[in-house]
Amino acid sequence: MPFGAVTIVGGSLAGLTAAQTLRGEGFDGTITVVEPELGDPYDRPPLSKEVLAGTWGPERVVLGAAKADLDLTWERGHHAVRLDLQDRSVQLGDGRRLPFETLVLATGATPRTLPGAAALGGVHVLRTLDDCLALRADLDAEPDRVVVVGAGFIGAEVAATCRGRGLPVTVLEAAPVPLERVLGAAMGAVCADLHRSHDVDLRLGVGVDHLVADDGGRVRAVALADGSVVEASVVVVGIGVAPRIDWLAGSGLTIDDGVVCDEHLRAAPGIVAVGDIVRWPSRRFGRSLRLEHWEHAVQSGEAAARTLLAEGGLIDRPLEAYDPVPWFWSDQYDRKIQLAGLSGPDDRVEVVIGDTAEHRFVALYGRDDRVVAVLGMNRPRHVMQLRALVAEGASFDEGLARARELA
Amino acid sequence: MRVVVDFDLCESNAVCMGIAPEVFEVRDDDFLYVLDETPSEDLRPKVEEAVRRCPKQAISIED
Repeated sequence: MPFGAVTIVGGSLAGLTAAQTLRGEGFDGTITVVEPELGDPYDRPPLSKEVLAGTWGPERVVLGAAKADLDLTWERGHHAVRLDLQDRSVQLGDGRRLPFETLVLATGATPRTLPGAAALGGVHVLRTLDDCLALRADLDAEPDRVVVVGAGFIGAEVAATCRGRGLPVTVLEAAPVPLERVLGAAMGAVCADLHRSHDVDLRLGVGVDHLVADDGGRVRAVALADGSVVEASVVVVGIGVAPRIDWLAGSGLTIDDGVVCDEHLRAAPGIVAVGDIVRWPSRRFGRSLRLEHWEHAVQSGEAAARTLLAEGGLIDRPLEAYDPVPWFWSDQYDRKIQLAGLSGPDDRVEVVIGDTAEHRFVALYGRDDRVVAVLGMNRPRHVMQLRALVAEGASFDEGLARARELA
Repeated sequence: MRVVVDFDLCESNAVCMGIAPEVFEVRDDDFLYVLDETPSEDLRPKVEEAVRRCPKQAISIED
Protein backbone atom coordinates (compact mmCIF):
# COMPACT_ATOMS: atom_id res chain seq x y z
CA MET A 1 0.00 0.00 0.00
CA PRO A 2 1.38 3.45 -0.80
CA PHE A 3 2.45 5.50 2.21
CA GLY A 4 3.07 9.16 2.86
CA ALA A 5 5.36 9.12 5.88
CA VAL A 6 8.46 7.35 7.16
CA THR A 7 9.70 7.50 10.75
CA ILE A 8 13.38 6.74 11.27
CA VAL A 9 14.45 5.92 14.81
CA GLY A 10 18.17 6.77 14.92
CA GLY A 11 19.72 9.59 12.91
CA SER A 12 23.25 8.34 12.40
CA LEU A 13 24.90 6.84 9.33
CA ALA A 14 22.46 3.98 8.62
CA GLY A 15 19.29 5.92 9.37
CA LEU A 16 20.35 8.98 7.40
CA THR A 17 21.47 6.85 4.47
CA ALA A 18 17.95 5.40 4.44
CA ALA A 19 16.55 8.95 4.38
CA GLN A 20 18.90 9.95 1.59
CA THR A 21 17.92 6.88 -0.44
CA LEU A 22 14.20 7.56 0.05
CA ARG A 23 14.65 11.11 -1.28
CA GLY A 24 16.97 9.91 -4.04
CA GLU A 25 14.24 7.52 -5.20
CA GLY A 26 11.74 10.38 -5.35
CA PHE A 27 9.86 9.89 -2.07
CA ASP A 28 8.38 13.31 -1.23
CA GLY A 29 6.37 12.46 1.90
CA THR A 30 7.26 13.29 5.50
CA ILE A 31 10.45 11.81 6.95
CA THR A 32 10.70 12.12 10.74
CA VAL A 33 14.00 11.28 12.45
CA VAL A 34 14.15 10.51 16.17
CA GLU A 35 17.67 11.02 17.54
CA PRO A 36 18.85 11.28 21.15
CA GLU A 37 21.94 13.35 20.31
CA LEU A 38 21.52 17.07 19.76
CA GLY A 39 24.27 18.09 17.36
CA ASP A 40 24.79 17.46 13.66
CA PRO A 41 24.96 13.75 12.76
CA TYR A 42 28.58 12.69 12.36
CA ASP A 43 30.84 10.01 11.02
CA ARG A 44 32.32 7.74 13.69
CA PRO A 45 35.55 6.30 12.23
CA PRO A 46 37.57 9.54 12.70
CA LEU A 47 36.64 9.61 16.41
CA SER A 48 39.35 7.07 17.26
CA LYS A 49 41.81 8.57 14.79
CA GLU A 50 41.93 12.14 13.42
CA VAL A 51 39.64 13.78 16.00
CA LEU A 52 41.22 11.95 18.93
CA ALA A 53 44.67 12.81 17.60
CA GLY A 54 43.65 16.45 17.52
CA THR A 55 44.39 16.91 13.82
CA TRP A 56 40.69 17.32 12.94
CA GLY A 57 38.18 19.51 14.70
CA PRO A 58 34.72 18.07 15.31
CA GLU A 59 33.25 20.16 12.50
CA ARG A 60 35.04 17.94 9.97
CA VAL A 61 33.09 14.80 10.82
CA VAL A 62 29.59 16.00 9.94
CA LEU A 63 27.97 13.39 7.70
CA GLY A 64 27.49 14.22 4.04
CA ALA A 65 23.86 13.13 4.35
CA ALA A 66 23.42 15.69 7.14
CA LYS A 67 24.58 18.48 4.84
CA ALA A 68 22.26 17.41 2.02
CA ASP A 69 18.85 19.05 1.78
CA LEU A 70 16.67 16.07 2.68
CA ASP A 71 13.71 17.97 4.19
CA LEU A 72 13.73 15.98 7.44
CA THR A 73 11.57 16.60 10.49
CA TRP A 74 13.83 16.08 13.51
CA GLU A 75 12.85 14.90 16.96
CA ARG A 76 16.19 15.58 18.62
CA GLY A 77 17.12 14.88 22.20
CA HIS A 78 14.77 11.93 22.56
CA HIS A 79 15.31 8.22 23.00
CA ALA A 80 12.65 5.88 21.73
CA VAL A 81 11.58 3.82 24.73
CA ARG A 82 8.78 1.62 23.40
CA LEU A 83 7.35 0.35 20.14
CA ASP A 84 3.63 -0.39 19.93
CA LEU A 85 2.67 -2.43 16.89
CA GLN A 86 -1.06 -2.37 17.74
CA ASP A 87 -1.59 1.36 17.39
CA ARG A 88 1.61 1.74 15.33
CA SER A 89 3.38 4.26 17.50
CA VAL A 90 6.81 4.91 18.97
CA GLN A 91 6.89 6.19 22.53
CA LEU A 92 9.59 8.73 23.34
CA GLY A 93 11.42 9.27 26.61
CA ASP A 94 9.31 12.33 27.38
CA GLY A 95 6.14 10.23 27.24
CA ARG A 96 4.87 11.36 23.85
CA ARG A 97 3.60 8.76 21.40
CA LEU A 98 4.65 9.33 17.85
CA PRO A 99 2.35 7.56 15.40
CA PHE A 100 4.09 6.05 12.38
CA GLU A 101 3.08 4.77 8.99
CA THR A 102 6.31 3.03 8.07
CA LEU A 103 9.34 2.64 10.29
CA VAL A 104 13.12 2.35 9.96
CA LEU A 105 14.79 0.99 13.11
CA ALA A 106 18.31 2.43 13.26
CA THR A 107 19.19 2.74 16.94
CA GLY A 108 22.76 1.47 16.61
CA ALA A 109 24.81 0.16 19.49
CA THR A 110 26.15 1.22 22.88
CA PRO A 111 29.57 0.35 24.24
CA ARG A 112 29.95 -2.27 26.93
CA THR A 113 31.89 -1.12 29.94
CA LEU A 114 33.33 -2.35 33.24
CA PRO A 115 31.45 -2.43 36.55
CA GLY A 116 31.91 0.84 38.40
CA ALA A 117 33.47 2.58 35.41
CA ALA A 118 30.75 5.18 35.00
CA ALA A 119 31.30 6.61 38.48
CA LEU A 120 35.07 7.09 38.08
CA GLY A 121 36.89 10.06 36.59
CA GLY A 122 39.41 9.29 33.86
CA VAL A 123 37.60 6.17 32.62
CA HIS A 124 36.25 6.37 29.08
CA VAL A 125 34.40 4.49 26.40
CA LEU A 126 34.50 5.71 22.81
CA ARG A 127 31.34 5.76 20.77
CA THR A 128 29.98 9.29 20.49
CA LEU A 129 31.58 12.60 19.59
CA ASP A 130 31.14 13.68 23.23
CA ASP A 131 32.99 10.52 24.35
CA CYS A 132 35.77 11.40 21.93
CA LEU A 133 36.10 15.02 23.08
CA ALA A 134 36.09 14.00 26.75
CA LEU A 135 38.85 11.47 26.13
CA ARG A 136 40.76 13.96 24.01
CA ALA A 137 40.66 16.50 26.84
CA ASP A 138 42.17 13.90 29.17
CA LEU A 139 44.88 13.10 26.61
CA ASP A 140 45.64 16.82 26.18
CA ALA A 141 46.66 16.83 29.86
CA GLU A 142 49.49 14.44 28.92
CA PRO A 143 48.72 11.61 31.32
CA ASP A 144 51.57 9.46 32.62
CA ARG A 145 50.02 6.32 31.16
CA VAL A 146 46.93 5.39 29.17
CA VAL A 147 45.59 1.91 29.82
CA VAL A 148 43.37 0.45 27.10
CA VAL A 149 41.16 -2.45 28.16
CA GLY A 150 40.53 -4.69 25.16
CA ALA A 151 42.77 -5.18 22.10
CA GLY A 152 39.94 -5.24 19.56
CA PHE A 153 39.79 -2.78 16.69
CA ILE A 154 38.64 0.24 18.74
CA GLY A 155 41.15 -0.45 21.50
CA ALA A 156 43.91 -0.92 18.93
CA GLU A 157 43.09 2.35 17.18
CA VAL A 158 42.96 4.26 20.47
CA ALA A 159 46.30 2.73 21.48
CA ALA A 160 47.82 3.72 18.14
CA THR A 161 46.50 7.28 18.36
CA CYS A 162 47.80 7.65 21.92
CA ARG A 163 51.23 6.39 20.85
CA GLY A 164 51.08 8.90 18.00
CA ARG A 165 50.65 11.59 20.67
CA GLY A 166 53.75 10.24 22.41
CA LEU A 167 51.85 8.87 25.41
CA PRO A 168 52.92 5.65 27.18
CA VAL A 169 50.26 2.97 26.56
CA THR A 170 49.42 -0.35 28.14
CA VAL A 171 46.87 -2.59 26.38
CA LEU A 172 45.16 -5.31 28.43
CA GLU A 173 43.55 -8.22 26.61
CA ALA A 174 41.88 -11.18 28.27
CA ALA A 175 42.46 -13.50 25.30
CA PRO A 176 45.92 -14.99 24.68
CA VAL A 177 46.08 -13.27 21.27
CA PRO A 178 44.41 -10.03 20.11
CA LEU A 179 41.42 -10.46 17.77
CA GLU A 180 41.76 -14.24 17.98
CA ARG A 181 38.04 -14.90 17.54
CA VAL A 182 37.98 -12.78 14.38
CA LEU A 183 41.37 -13.33 12.76
CA GLY A 184 42.62 -16.57 14.34
CA ALA A 185 45.79 -17.05 16.38
CA ALA A 186 48.38 -16.55 13.61
CA MET A 187 47.07 -13.24 12.28
CA GLY A 188 46.19 -12.09 15.80
CA ALA A 189 49.86 -12.57 16.67
CA VAL A 190 50.79 -10.28 13.76
CA CYS A 191 48.54 -7.60 15.28
CA ALA A 192 50.21 -8.12 18.67
CA ASP A 193 53.59 -7.65 17.00
CA LEU A 194 52.39 -4.43 15.38
CA HIS A 195 51.56 -2.99 18.81
CA ARG A 196 54.83 -4.10 20.37
CA SER A 197 56.83 -2.65 17.49
CA HIS A 198 55.32 0.70 18.51
CA ASP A 199 56.39 0.27 22.15
CA VAL A 200 52.96 -0.60 23.50
CA ASP A 201 53.08 -2.56 26.74
CA LEU A 202 50.75 -5.36 25.60
CA ARG A 203 49.53 -7.73 28.31
CA LEU A 204 47.75 -10.79 26.96
CA GLY A 205 45.73 -13.53 28.60
CA VAL A 206 44.92 -11.53 31.70
CA GLY A 207 41.52 -10.22 32.71
CA VAL A 208 40.65 -7.07 34.60
CA ASP A 209 39.58 -7.60 38.18
CA HIS A 210 38.63 -4.05 39.10
CA LEU A 211 39.42 -0.37 38.67
CA VAL A 212 41.24 1.37 41.52
CA ALA A 213 40.25 4.93 42.44
CA ASP A 214 42.19 7.65 44.22
CA ASP A 215 40.65 9.68 47.05
CA GLY A 216 39.20 12.14 44.56
CA GLY A 217 37.16 9.51 42.74
CA ARG A 218 39.51 9.35 39.79
CA VAL A 219 41.02 6.16 38.41
CA ARG A 220 44.64 5.58 39.39
CA ALA A 221 45.20 1.93 38.49
CA VAL A 222 43.73 -1.23 37.04
CA ALA A 223 43.88 -4.36 39.19
CA LEU A 224 44.27 -7.53 37.13
CA ALA A 225 42.91 -11.01 37.76
CA ASP A 226 46.44 -12.36 38.36
CA GLY A 227 46.90 -9.99 41.30
CA SER A 228 49.12 -7.50 39.51
CA VAL A 229 48.29 -3.79 39.28
CA VAL A 230 48.87 -1.42 36.35
CA GLU A 231 49.12 2.28 37.14
CA ALA A 232 46.75 4.31 34.96
CA SER A 233 46.05 8.03 34.63
CA VAL A 234 43.47 7.40 31.92
CA VAL A 235 41.58 4.17 31.13
CA VAL A 236 39.79 3.49 27.85
CA VAL A 237 37.42 0.54 27.85
CA GLY A 238 37.11 -1.04 24.40
CA ILE A 239 35.37 -4.35 25.02
CA GLY A 240 32.75 -4.23 22.30
CA VAL A 241 29.26 -2.88 21.85
CA ALA A 242 25.72 -4.17 22.34
CA PRO A 243 22.90 -3.45 19.88
CA ARG A 244 20.43 -0.89 21.25
CA ILE A 245 17.34 -3.06 21.11
CA ASP A 246 16.22 -3.12 24.75
CA TRP A 247 13.43 -0.69 23.86
CA LEU A 248 11.94 -3.24 21.44
CA ALA A 249 11.47 -5.95 24.08
CA GLY A 250 7.84 -7.04 24.24
CA SER A 251 6.98 -5.20 21.02
CA GLY A 252 6.15 -8.39 19.15
CA LEU A 253 9.14 -8.11 16.86
CA THR A 254 11.50 -11.07 16.95
CA ILE A 255 14.65 -10.17 18.87
CA ASP A 256 17.74 -12.39 18.96
CA ASP A 257 20.95 -10.42 19.48
CA GLY A 258 19.50 -8.00 16.94
CA VAL A 259 16.18 -7.39 15.24
CA VAL A 260 15.47 -10.53 13.25
CA CYS A 261 14.57 -9.60 9.68
CA ASP A 262 14.10 -11.28 6.31
CA GLU A 263 16.57 -11.03 3.42
CA HIS A 264 15.13 -7.60 2.56
CA LEU A 265 15.75 -6.32 6.11
CA ARG A 266 12.01 -6.38 6.88
CA ALA A 267 11.12 -6.95 10.54
CA ALA A 268 7.34 -6.73 9.96
CA PRO A 269 5.10 -5.21 7.28
CA GLY A 270 6.19 -1.60 6.84
CA ILE A 271 9.03 -1.95 9.35
CA VAL A 272 12.70 -2.41 8.44
CA ALA A 273 15.91 -2.45 10.49
CA VAL A 274 19.36 -1.19 9.46
CA GLY A 275 22.94 -0.88 10.66
CA ASP A 276 24.24 -2.41 13.89
CA ILE A 277 20.90 -3.82 15.04
CA VAL A 278 19.67 -5.80 12.03
CA ARG A 279 20.06 -9.57 11.96
CA TRP A 280 19.28 -11.04 8.56
CA PRO A 281 19.75 -14.38 6.78
CA SER A 282 22.79 -14.40 4.51
CA ARG A 283 22.50 -16.92 1.72
CA ARG A 284 26.19 -16.44 0.96
CA PHE A 285 27.29 -17.55 4.42
CA GLY A 286 24.40 -19.90 5.16
CA ARG A 287 23.49 -18.28 8.47
CA SER A 288 22.09 -15.11 9.95
CA LEU A 289 24.47 -12.20 10.34
CA ARG A 290 24.66 -9.02 12.37
CA LEU A 291 27.44 -6.57 11.49
CA GLU A 292 28.78 -3.41 13.06
CA HIS A 293 30.70 -2.17 10.02
CA TRP A 294 30.59 1.31 8.49
CA GLU A 295 29.95 0.02 4.97
CA HIS A 296 27.11 -2.18 6.17
CA ALA A 297 25.47 0.86 7.74
CA VAL A 298 25.45 2.53 4.33
CA GLN A 299 24.42 -0.52 2.31
CA SER A 300 21.72 -1.72 4.69
CA GLY A 301 20.32 1.81 4.86
CA GLU A 302 20.01 1.86 1.10
CA ALA A 303 18.57 -1.63 0.84
CA ALA A 304 15.99 -1.15 3.58
CA ALA A 305 14.77 2.13 2.11
CA ARG A 306 14.16 0.38 -1.19
CA THR A 307 12.34 -2.43 0.59
CA LEU A 308 9.89 0.07 2.05
CA LEU A 309 9.42 1.80 -1.29
CA ALA A 310 8.86 -1.48 -3.13
CA GLU A 311 6.40 -2.65 -0.49
CA GLY A 312 4.49 0.60 -0.93
CA GLY A 313 4.52 0.25 -4.71
CA LEU A 314 6.54 3.46 -4.91
CA ILE A 315 9.29 1.86 -6.95
CA ASP A 316 8.67 -0.82 -9.47
CA ARG A 317 11.67 -3.06 -9.76
CA PRO A 318 12.55 -6.39 -8.22
CA LEU A 319 14.48 -6.29 -4.96
CA GLU A 320 17.70 -8.19 -4.60
CA ALA A 321 18.28 -10.03 -1.34
CA TYR A 322 20.65 -8.12 0.94
CA ASP A 323 23.77 -10.26 0.90
CA PRO A 324 26.97 -8.18 0.78
CA VAL A 325 30.51 -9.41 1.26
CA PRO A 326 31.20 -7.70 4.60
CA TRP A 327 34.13 -5.30 4.57
CA PHE A 328 35.76 -3.00 7.06
CA TRP A 329 39.03 -1.24 7.67
CA SER A 330 41.02 -0.22 10.70
CA ASP A 331 43.87 2.31 10.67
CA GLN A 332 46.51 1.70 13.32
CA TYR A 333 49.86 3.50 13.41
CA ASP A 334 50.89 3.75 9.75
CA ARG A 335 49.09 0.51 8.84
CA LYS A 336 45.73 -0.02 7.18
CA ILE A 337 44.11 -3.31 8.10
CA GLN A 338 41.23 -4.40 5.88
CA LEU A 339 39.07 -7.48 6.10
CA ALA A 340 36.64 -8.57 3.39
CA GLY A 341 34.38 -11.52 4.13
CA LEU A 342 33.82 -13.41 7.37
CA SER A 343 36.84 -15.02 8.98
CA GLY A 344 36.91 -17.29 11.99
CA PRO A 345 39.45 -18.78 14.39
CA ASP A 346 39.29 -22.26 12.85
CA ASP A 347 39.71 -21.24 9.21
CA ARG A 348 42.68 -22.27 7.11
CA VAL A 349 44.90 -19.18 6.71
CA GLU A 350 47.54 -18.65 4.02
CA VAL A 351 49.64 -15.56 3.45
CA VAL A 352 49.50 -15.15 -0.34
CA ILE A 353 51.14 -11.76 -0.96
CA GLY A 354 53.90 -9.99 0.97
CA ASP A 355 55.33 -10.76 4.38
CA THR A 356 53.71 -10.59 7.81
CA ALA A 357 57.06 -9.59 9.37
CA GLU A 358 57.00 -6.43 7.27
CA HIS A 359 53.39 -5.76 8.26
CA ARG A 360 52.47 -5.54 4.58
CA PHE A 361 50.68 -8.62 3.28
CA VAL A 362 47.47 -10.34 2.17
CA ALA A 363 46.13 -13.55 3.71
CA LEU A 364 43.27 -15.73 2.49
CA TYR A 365 40.89 -17.49 4.88
CA GLY A 366 39.33 -20.78 3.76
CA ARG A 367 36.54 -22.94 5.13
CA ASP A 368 35.13 -26.09 3.53
CA ASP A 369 37.53 -25.46 0.62
CA ARG A 370 35.99 -22.02 -0.10
CA VAL A 371 37.60 -18.61 0.26
CA VAL A 372 35.59 -16.94 3.03
CA ALA A 373 37.70 -13.87 3.78
CA VAL A 374 40.64 -11.76 2.66
CA LEU A 375 42.80 -9.93 5.21
CA GLY A 376 45.20 -7.22 4.19
CA MET A 377 47.70 -5.01 5.97
CA ASN A 378 48.69 -2.03 3.80
CA ARG A 379 47.45 -3.86 0.71
CA PRO A 380 44.16 -2.11 -0.17
CA ARG A 381 44.49 -2.77 -3.89
CA HIS A 382 44.82 -6.50 -3.45
CA VAL A 383 42.14 -6.82 -0.79
CA MET A 384 39.66 -5.16 -3.12
CA GLN A 385 40.69 -7.32 -6.06
CA LEU A 386 40.49 -10.51 -4.02
CA ARG A 387 37.20 -9.57 -2.37
CA ALA A 388 35.66 -10.97 -5.56
CA LEU A 389 36.83 -14.46 -4.50
CA VAL A 390 34.46 -14.32 -1.53
CA ALA A 391 31.68 -12.90 -3.68
CA GLU A 392 32.08 -15.75 -6.15
CA GLY A 393 32.51 -18.44 -3.51
CA ALA A 394 35.77 -19.42 -5.22
CA SER A 395 37.59 -22.59 -4.16
CA PHE A 396 40.68 -22.12 -2.00
CA ASP A 397 42.98 -23.40 -4.79
CA GLU A 398 41.45 -20.96 -7.22
CA GLY A 399 42.00 -18.22 -4.64
CA LEU A 400 45.67 -19.17 -4.27
CA ALA A 401 46.12 -19.14 -8.05
CA ARG A 402 44.42 -15.75 -8.49
CA ALA A 403 46.45 -14.24 -5.65
CA ARG A 404 49.68 -15.52 -7.20
CA GLU A 405 48.79 -13.72 -10.43
CA LEU A 406 48.52 -10.44 -8.49
CA ALA A 407 51.64 -10.89 -6.38
CA MET B 1 30.07 14.12 -15.57
CA ARG B 2 33.41 14.98 -13.99
CA VAL B 3 34.85 12.85 -11.18
CA VAL B 4 36.60 14.83 -8.45
CA VAL B 5 38.65 13.23 -5.68
CA ASP B 6 39.76 15.20 -2.63
CA PHE B 7 43.21 13.70 -2.21
CA ASP B 8 43.60 15.35 1.19
CA LEU B 9 40.79 13.12 2.38
CA CYS B 10 41.46 9.99 0.31
CA GLU B 11 43.21 7.28 2.28
CA SER B 12 43.25 4.62 -0.42
CA ASN B 13 40.73 2.18 0.97
CA ALA B 14 40.13 1.16 -2.67
CA VAL B 15 36.39 0.75 -2.24
CA CYS B 16 35.88 2.89 -5.36
CA MET B 17 38.18 0.62 -7.34
CA GLY B 18 36.14 -2.40 -6.29
CA ILE B 19 32.97 -0.73 -7.59
CA ALA B 20 34.23 1.08 -10.72
CA PRO B 21 37.65 -0.26 -11.80
CA GLU B 22 37.15 1.54 -15.14
CA VAL B 23 37.47 4.87 -13.31
CA PHE B 24 39.50 4.29 -10.15
CA GLU B 25 42.72 2.41 -9.54
CA VAL B 26 44.76 2.05 -6.37
CA ARG B 27 48.24 1.02 -7.47
CA ASP B 28 51.03 -0.80 -5.72
CA ASP B 29 52.26 2.49 -4.26
CA ASP B 30 48.92 2.52 -2.32
CA PHE B 31 47.81 5.75 -3.99
CA LEU B 32 44.55 6.24 -5.86
CA TYR B 33 44.69 7.22 -9.51
CA VAL B 34 41.64 8.42 -11.41
CA LEU B 35 41.90 6.64 -14.76
CA ASP B 36 39.07 8.54 -16.40
CA GLU B 37 38.05 11.93 -15.00
CA THR B 38 35.13 12.27 -17.42
CA PRO B 39 33.64 8.79 -17.68
CA SER B 40 30.73 8.04 -19.97
CA GLU B 41 27.18 8.32 -18.65
CA ASP B 42 26.68 4.55 -18.55
CA LEU B 43 29.20 4.47 -15.69
CA ARG B 44 27.21 7.01 -13.63
CA PRO B 45 25.43 4.45 -11.39
CA LYS B 46 28.78 2.87 -10.49
CA VAL B 47 30.46 6.21 -9.83
CA GLU B 48 27.50 7.33 -7.71
CA GLU B 49 27.79 4.13 -5.70
CA ALA B 50 31.52 4.81 -5.24
CA VAL B 51 30.65 8.31 -3.97
CA ARG B 52 28.21 6.85 -1.41
CA ARG B 53 30.45 4.05 -0.21
CA CYS B 54 33.73 5.98 0.05
CA PRO B 55 34.59 5.76 3.77
CA LYS B 56 36.22 9.19 3.64
CA GLN B 57 33.51 10.86 1.51
CA ALA B 58 36.39 11.96 -0.70
CA ILE B 59 34.71 11.54 -4.10
CA SER B 60 32.23 13.89 -5.74
CA ILE B 61 30.65 14.32 -9.15
CA GLU B 62 30.49 17.65 -10.94
CA ASP B 63 28.05 17.80 -13.84
